Amino acid sequence: MPRRKFVTGLALAASLAGAVLFRRRSRGRDRVDLYYDDGSTLSLGDGSPEASIVLPLARRVLAAATS
Amino acid sequence: MCRRVDAAQALSELTALSAQITSAIVVDGDGSAIASTFDESSAAELAKTVQELVAAAGRAGDGRQVAQLEVSTSAGSVFLVRESERTIAATTRPEPAAGLVFYDLKTTLRSIADQAKPKPKARKKAEADAAA
Repeated sequence: MPRRKFVTGLALAASLAGAVLFRRRSRGRDRVDLYYDDGSTLSLGDGSPEASIVLPLARRVLAAATS
Repeated sequence: MCRRVDAAQALSELTALSAQITSAIVVDGDGSAIASTFDESSAAELAKTVQELVAAAGRAGDGRQVAQLEVSTSAGSVFLVRESERTIAATTRPEPAAGLVFYDLKTTLRSIADQAKPKPKARKKAEADAAA
């Protein structure tokens, strides 16, 4: 019985740590989501060449908003 | 002038009602700022950046016209909605509720478009009777 409790506690702690780690990692990443007139969508990660054009422009807008 | 005042009022209501939106700008098809929460010189500069953002999104989609855009960064997010010739762009705090922000932007853009439409003139009774 104590062993079962220990395993359950360990599983809960591991899932909590995983959730926190996932949230922290995803928070640090920049992402671009594009929705087009024809109904198609495009998601771009930080490293993609298309995102490298869109992201600096968006950062310029954000900088203007905070200044 | 009246149209610009109405648009400015719509943006002021948008930023007052939405806890997530920190600033916003409405850009016309010719690249001019119709209204914004920024001062006039910043708004003109920002309107150009918004136009560039729309163009860059179009290039990323192989020439397709962008209807909506969301750019998420750790410092905050940029949202953009396009309808006909007009574009509304807004900045938010980090990790906003994207669906709500898009809804608020669409509603604001449509309210500005409705204000710009001329109201139909009331027909005179005699004309109406003749037509009937």
